[in-house]
Amino acid sequence: MAMISVRGLKKHFGTLRILNGVDLEVERSQVVAIIGPSGSGKSTVLRCLSFLEAPTAGEIYVDGRRMGYRDNGRRLPDAVLNRQRAEIGMVFQSYNLWPHRTALENIIEAPILVRRTPRDQAIAEARSLLDRVGLLAKQDAYPSTLSGGQQQRVAIARSLAMQPKVILLDEVTSALDPETVHEVLDVIKDLAQEGMTLVLVTHEMAFAREVADRIVFMDEGVVLEDAPPEAFFGAPQHERARAFLAKIL
Amino acid sequence: MRDFDFSVLIEWMPALLEGLGITVLYTIGGLALGMVIGLTVAVMALTRFSLLRIAARVYVDAIRGTPLLLQLFILYYAAPSVGFKLSAPAAGILGLGINAGAYLAEIFRAGIEAVPRPHVHAARSLGLSYRQTLMRVELPQAVALVLPPMAGEIINLVKSTSLLSTIAIGDLLRSGQIAVSVTFAPLEIYLMVGLLYLAVNLALSALVRRLEARTGGRARREAQRLMAEVGI
Ligand SMILES: Nc1ncnc2c1ncn2[C@@H]1O[C@H](COP(=O)(O)OP(=O)(O)O)[C@@H](O)[C@H]1O
Ligand SMILES: [Mg+2]
Repeated sequence: MAMISVRGLKKHFGTLRILNGVDLEVERSQVVAIIGPSGSGKSTVLRCLSFLEAPTAGEIYVDGRRMGYRDNGRRLPDAVLNRQRAEIGMVFQSYNLWPHRTALENIIEAPILVRRTPRDQAIAEARSLLDRVGLLAKQDAYPSTLSGGQQQRVAIARSLAMQPKVILLDEVTSALDPETVHEVLDVIKDLAQEGMTLVLVTHEMAFAREVADRIVFMDEGVVLEDAPPEAFFGAPQHERARAFLAKIL
Repeated sequence: MRDFDFSVLIEWMPALLEGLGITVLYTIGGLALGMVIGLTVAVMALTRFSLLRIAARVYVDAIRGTPLLLQLFILYYAAPSVGFKLSAPAAGILGLGINAGAYLAEIFRAGIEAVPRPHVHAARSLGLSYRQTLMRVELPQAVALVLPPMAGEIINLVKSTSLLSTIAIGDLLRSGQIAVSVTFAPLEIYLMVGLLYLAVNLALSALVRRLEARTGGRARREAQRLMAEVGI
């Protein structure tokens, strides 16, 4: 069974039709890179996946369970929805660490509040996650004192602390200085090798080609192409995919 | 013209200080009530339930659109006619609290709204509930943002307590009026009354500046930087 299954996803904001029927399957431990022009709806897909936005139409299943709704189509209670969200990690372009909490505090907050993990245990786990992203020395640092790359690695550790089934990454290196991009890409590569299911929106084509099992090309709210990297980058089928690649490469 | 008479001040200082104590007490009482009301109304104004939002709006507009003096009169003189009798201290605290609550609600709402939305999204995506996000992510950051405007509102509150003299509460101004009616020395007494108000408010400002430097500075700078970054 697929880890993520999206069927006929539509999202409208008033009269604005942002997503016009997106279908997407992601197998367990697969890495899928979503690419496409700015404004094509990539971020909106991720936000619907983690139910930060409620879809206008369509169904999303994560690990076999429908996001946001019961099987009879009724909306899930907020408490259940919150638990569902906790199973889907999300990392953002702008890191979004909470500025009033240290790196360690950013990481232990959700396990303690949502999972009721005992504080000592949450701290121990957070320290091992910080170690994993190479930032144990920075556990007591406030976000404003960290570089962009460091903040993003803490943000990844923060989402890992909830032991999510999948992690969604939305242009997580776009705000970084070129020198620090690789720090973050290395962490993502490790996650992929460890078998984490990843959906990443990215403009790093070389990276997508290297780590992704599939490339999904979106334009104007639909998936135009869904193919393995060699096939996609070697011979894009769709005219607009060719135009996009010509512009970006 | 006559000379400035210090002996009047020495004689009446204890009475004025007692009035000052009353003023401070009512400020604290009004502020405590105002904070509770203000926070509640601010949260109401930000919910997705439109009825609560409308109620919050009506409250804020009604209170800010009418004079505090009138609100005190309604509580103390008019409310008994509908069987709602309040003592002067109760009417005083309630009036100050209701009034400050409306202004504080607007300050708190703006502060919470100024917390960058992406921080909220990060919290929700980790599974935090609306309430947990509000308490653990939004309010702590908002506190830093609202400290300066809140200080202004507290200073207003100190000055507003002078209106309590109209409903028979012996605040600082009222003590001054009594002293003047006995001594016929308005210059000395009212100058001293002014200095006492000023002393309280300057002390308050200094306190807030220290709080700001301690807690506010870092979080606020960070929030402002982030807001600039995302173009809010
Ligand atoms: N909350 C919203 N209200 C209105 N329009 C939105 C909202 N969120 C996103 N959009 C619009 O949806 C379009 C697609 O956005 P997005 O999914 O962020 O695209 P991408 O990530 O591919 O650049 C954009 O034109 C954006 O302005
Ligand atoms: Mg985007």
